[in-house]
Amino acid sequence: MTATTAPTADLDLARARSVASRVPDPEVPCVTVADLGILRGVERDADGTIVVRLTPTYSGCPAVVAIEMAVQAALLDAGIDARIERVLSPAWTTDWISAEGREKLRAYGIAPPVGASGGRRAFFAEERIACPRCGSEATSRISEFGSTACKAHYRCDACAEPFDYFKCI
Amino acid sequence: MGAVAATFEMAGFRALLELADDALILGHRLSEWCGHAPTLEEDLALANMGLDLLGQARALYAHAGEIEGKGRGEDDLAFLRRERDYVNCLLVERPNGDFAATMARQLYFAAFMHPFWRAIAASSNDATLAGIAAKAEKEMAYHLRHCGEWVIRLGDGTAESARRMQAAVDELHRYTGELFEASPVREKAVADGLLPDPGTVRAEWERTIAMVFSQAGLTAPEVRVPQSGGREGLHGEDMGHLLAEMQFMQRAYPGLTW
Repeated sequence: MTATTAPTADLDLARARSVASRVPDPEVPCVTVADLGILRGVERDADGTIVVRLTPTYSGCPAVVAIEMAVQAALLDAGIDARIERVLSPAWTTDWISAEGREKLRAYGIAPPVGASGGRRAFFAEERIACPRCGSEATSRISEFGSTACKAHYRCDACAEPFDYFKCI
Repeated sequence: MGAVAATFEMAGFRALLELADDALILGHRLSEWCGHAPTLEEDLALANMGLDLLGQARALYAHAGEIEGKGRGEDDLAFLRRERDYVNCLLVERPNGDFAATMARQLYFAAFMHPFWRAIAASSNDATLAGIAAKAEKEMAYHLRHCGEWVIRLGDGTAESARRMQAAVDELHRYTGELFEASPVREKAVADGLLPDPGTVRAEWERTIAMVFSQAGLTAPEVRVPQSGGREGLHGEDMGHLLAEMQFMQRAYPGLTW
């Protein structure tokens, strides 16, 4: 690498990345869009405009527009003019939730997704989901669908607390 | 021949509309359960599945509108067409009936769309459609498991639940052949590489249904008069009622937004 082509620090782009990655998810505010893996990139396009690429978790997730607006607003607050781009491919998977994001979910009372996303699971397959409060694996599924598209509802049979489970997809 | 040529030019648009209309109409049917499901958990499940389908429909309509190139957006396509312009299959417009009928309808559909989305994601030469498909495949896997479990539970449950589950299957099975039907327009879209022939996933669909029915103790009825016509815009009486409710706001207040 020669000195003349060494990248001059693009401070605005670095700042845009930093601001965008700190925006919390509106439905699960304990984690940021970067923790969830839905922030797919912050780059400059051919015209030099900063482009923030975001991907939805579920096709019908009502928070998609709210997240895009929140990122845009955070950037405007920081004096950065950026374009938000919605990317569908590759499809989001819970595998993209960072280790830090998983720990934040657990601390917030939401059991993080267990295992790697895979194909179709067998009928009546039971997963061992640990209670985010007491850690016991003696838990029961109450509802396969929860308060948002990305969650299911469980109950801990040891400490009796109900809790959300971030579905593995 | 002019009309046929024009139709062929629109093959991609039409093929996307079929996928979009299936998702929208079934999503609307599921939304009708909101507040009426047998339990709170099932209310959540039906609303969530409806939301998945609505999200898929929105992305498909937006892309279909781009391909059509006449400036029609998702709302124009979802709310401002006439009944004869909808090309959804008849299965998805069937009324909800009892809970067993809704679960049977969802099982038949999800057992088809799960492998079909996977095949589209793997083979479509349209990057946007492949992206929509990759996401939808995961959602349909969840629907398939949820509904498959209910069909088994009810079929293998009490005498009353088994009777209702078998009645639902007897009523709806005749609509499933349409899922795999070929049409000249669809064959053109297949030849263009937009999507694979739905017939290629028939064997997997049949295996899934046979596996669920054997665990549920259900019998697939012999279909003497298969029902189809939805892809040509020929719908049942219930479709008009559905559209009247679904389109009311946009018809009464054109351009209304939330």
